[in-house]
Amino acid sequence: MRYAMAIDTRKCVGCSDCVVACQIENKVPEGFCRDWVVEATSGTYPKLELEIRSERCNQCGNAPCVRCCPTGSSFYADGGIVLVDPDKCIGCGACIASCPYDARYVHPEGFVDKCTFCIQRVRKGQRPACVEVCPTNCMYFGDLDDPNSEVSIKLKERKHKTLIPEAGTDPHLYFLI
Amino acid sequence: MRNSRRNFIKISSLGIGGAAVAGTAVHWASGKIINEAIPKSFQFKQTPTYCEVCFWKCAGWVTTDENGEIWKVEGHKADPHCNGRLCPRGTGGVGMYYDEDRLKTPLIRRIKNGKQVYEPASWEEAFTYIANKLNLIKEKYGPESVALFTHGSGGKFLGHFLKAYGSNNITAPSFAQCRGPREVAFLSTFGELVLSPERTDIRDTKCLVLIGSHLGENMHNGQVQEMSQAIDNGAAIITVDPRFSTAASKSKHWLPIKPATDLALLLAWIHVIISEGWYDEEYVEKYCFGFEELKAHVQQYSPEWAYGITTIEPQTIRETAKEMANAAPAVIIHPGRHVTWYGDDTQRLRAVAILNAILGSWGRRGGFYNPEKIALPEFPHPPFPKPRKTWKDAFPEQYNMAYEVLSTGVCEASIPSAERDSAIKGWIVNGTNLVHTLPYQQQTLEAIQNLELLVVIDTMPMEITGYADVVLPECTYLERYDAIRNSPHREPYLALRMPATQPKYNSKPDWWIAKKLAEKMGLGAYFGWKNIEEMLDWQLKKVGSSLKEMQKLGVKKLKREFDDLYFIRGQEIEFNTNTGKIELFSTELQAEGFDPLPKYTLHPEPEEEFYRLNYGRAPMHTFSRTSNNPNLHALMPENYLWVNPKVARLWKLKNGQEVWLKNQAGKVSYFPIKIRITERIRWDSVYMVHGFGHKEQRLSRANGKGASDTQLITNVMMDPIMGGTGMRGNFVTFLTEKPEKEEETL
Ligand code: SF4
Ligand code: SF4
Ligand code: SF4
Repeated sequence: MRYAMAIDTRKCVGCSDCVVACQIENKVPEGFCRDWVVEATSGTYPKLELEIRSERCNQCGNAPCVRCCPTGSSFYADGGIVLVDPDKCIGCGACIASCPYDARYVHPEGFVDKCTFCIQRVRKGQRPACVEVCPTNCMYFGDLDDPNSEVSIKLKERKHKTLIPEAGTDPHLYFLI
Repeated sequence: MRNSRRNFIKISSLGIGGAAVAGTAVHWASGKIINEAIPKSFQFKQTPTYCEVCFWKCAGWVTTDENGEIWKVEGHKADPHCNGRLCPRGTGGVGMYYDEDRLKTPLIRRIKNGKQVYEPASWEEAFTYIANKLNLIKEKYGPESVALFTHGSGGKFLGHFLKAYGSNNITAPSFAQCRGPREVAFLSTFGELVLSPERTDIRDTKCLVLIGSHLGENMHNGQVQEMSQAIDNGAAIITVDPRFSTAASKSKHWLPIKPATDLALLLAWIHVIISEGWYDEEYVEKYCFGFEELKAHVQQYSPEWAYGITTIEPQTIRETAKEMANAAPAVIIHPGRHVTWYGDDTQRLRAVAILNAILGSWGRRGGFYNPEKIALPEFPHPPFPKPRKTWKDAFPEQYNMAYEVLSTGVCEASIPSAERDSAIKGWIVNGTNLVHTLPYQQQTLEAIQNLELLVVIDTMPMEITGYADVVLPECTYLERYDAIRNSPHREPYLALRMPATQPKYNSKPDWWIAKKLAEKMGLGAYFGWKNIEEMLDWQLKKVGSSLKEMQKLGVKKLKREFDDLYFIRGQEIEFNTNTGKIELFSTELQAEGFDPLPKYTLHPEPEEEFYRLNYGRAPMHTFSRTSNNPNLHALMPENYLWVNPKVARLWKLKNGQEVWLKNQAGKVSYFPIKIRITERIRWDSVYMVHGFGHKEQRLSRANGKGASDTQLITNVMMDPIMGGTGMRGNFVTFLTEKPEKEEETL
């Protein structure tokens, strides 16, 4: 089992519903977020292009944060989801410095937090909160090992990319382009 | 002096009752959910609601935890307004409930030590005060001198109260300040309204044309969802906008038009489609009136002519016209929603209606469908007294085609003047921050100074509450029952809103406020039900459901009575117009003395060093209503001013730099706004999101963040046909130094 997410940049309108839904579902403390929206404009008026991306932890297969965690609090859970054990984490921030995607933050209660692919929902057979709420229905989630999962199908059908592939992190957040 | 009669009182030091609760309550160690820290015994309760953060009214479920505290709101899967997915505002709607700045108790304006202050009052005291004033106004001027401004579900009950009292002056700014022109234009063309939710069949369209309509930033949920489906289906989107909007970035064709020239483009499109013979001949022949007149009229409007005006190449105009014709009849030239721009808006929307008509998209799959809603009978009540006059008497011969009450008209009719009957003496304002909603802020304030009674009913201390004689704290939609949502759609649907929890503080639902006030004034017979449950159950049983059933279902789909979602080919249809046809040539406009066919009119352009002020929406905010919502404020705390890099170079502006804006009349923005340098805006205009720049200090988050476009909209171009207030003819320049503070009344 290998969980992954694919997001269709052609449909995403950058509304940030994924951000607020995540904050509420996961009780992310005020002033922090586990996912965020990037708007990348290129060209000059009127020859312009805009790519909107909902970004979060890439649930890397080769995660620098797991490698560098001195206490072993960052670990791979089921389906390759990278988690932090808040009870073990000492909040030293080594992982924050090592993450090329800037996906982690220090929770006011002293541990490091980030996107969990909503593992508590996924284990119950639900989709992550951001995927479930997205009004443009542009996010797909599932098991890459299952060729019939939404995410496998979309990645077969469409051209896609990952972020900072040169970092060699083996990211599992795909953007359909 | 009159001006001192109603000083603006800041609702400060009045935060009595109920300790402030932090933005989001922490029910279990936050962030630790991964460890399954949620006790197994957790009983999540779900209650149905429909969203009140905007007028789209998506149905959803509210989840409360074991303490009865609200956790989240999620979309209802069976509801066609949202298909199980709320927009960010709906998701963040919980913030309305948790906002610690909420109004907490009734307030009455009193003079204390020569100073005007608000005193907390009981509901009984507040009702007594209001009832006395209303009785006095009725005696002195007649009940028709009271008006209700409302934007929201609770307005139904307050409107019922007002009619029982004897007035029909019930108005929503959404007509004259927003969608009025499109409704009047479509009514005069097709004999029917566009309605809300719009009857656009975006889901099945092959070509969607957006003119200044920024779906996606404008988060009208169902429409945005359908646009996304249309993208999946490979529909061609054509976006006309001087700004590279989100929708423009998703479009096959983006037409970066020169602002204020859209009508020229529309006329050129009609010209091409007729002269190339790309129109739907059979449809036009069978259903339309005035084609020959139209054909002769648009002869003059060639793409080459339009090029000089719009800066859109003739080749592009032809290509996009062809794109529409190829898709026809599955094509939508979208009527837009906020369309009060330049004062000739009804005529521009007439051109939109005509273009749809000649392409045969009205009544066709992928064009405009015929929505249906059911008739929900009213709980029996005595007949309403017949008002002897209305606001309209203040404007004889004017705005005859305004089929709804004009907010700005009521406002004007509240100011004593030699030339008109100043009819209005009392306002009840519910859920609309008129100070930010109506253009002509000075006029609004003057009208307020002349009132004998101003009652404001709101959940938040919006600016308008500071001018009230009585402020009544309404509870949020999550804490109340409301009228059944019964809106037109492909199929009729009903939705129930019920309280997920008790009202916080001393706040109350509108139905209760209206009923109690009516009882106080001896009008109780108009609210003959014991409580709202009884009334809703009575209504629902009349249409084959019940309150019990709706509490379980939340949303119920009913059967269409008529099988006429689309026209059937060759079908005989009688349209609700003078000629019984789709009027390309409008006999109604002609009879009213207006152009029966839309003509291009030139609009003023900015002087040197000035830029057209364009404004719009952000997906996470609904006007100024959400700017203090903790969840939504976090997503977008302030607005930025979009500036083209060329302009920024000229003015040596930097990203994030604060500037003040001065408009053509010398009006200076009260707050500065930060610069966002972006290629996505034309060099002749600037852009900001509407709803920011709050002066009210009790809006602790929103206060002082960003600038208010409304404040700078002092030039309003009135649509002579229906009284719409065109607001896009204002020009601003930059002040990089903090200006001297001018005397402020607001
Ligand atoms: S909710 Fe969907 S459309 Fe909105 S920003 Fe997130 S991914 Fe994009
Ligand atoms: S998967 Fe869950 S935790 Fe991750 S961004 Fe989405 S909602 Fe947040
Ligand atoms: S569109 Fe958004 S704000 Fe409007 S009713 Fe739906 S969920 Fe609520």
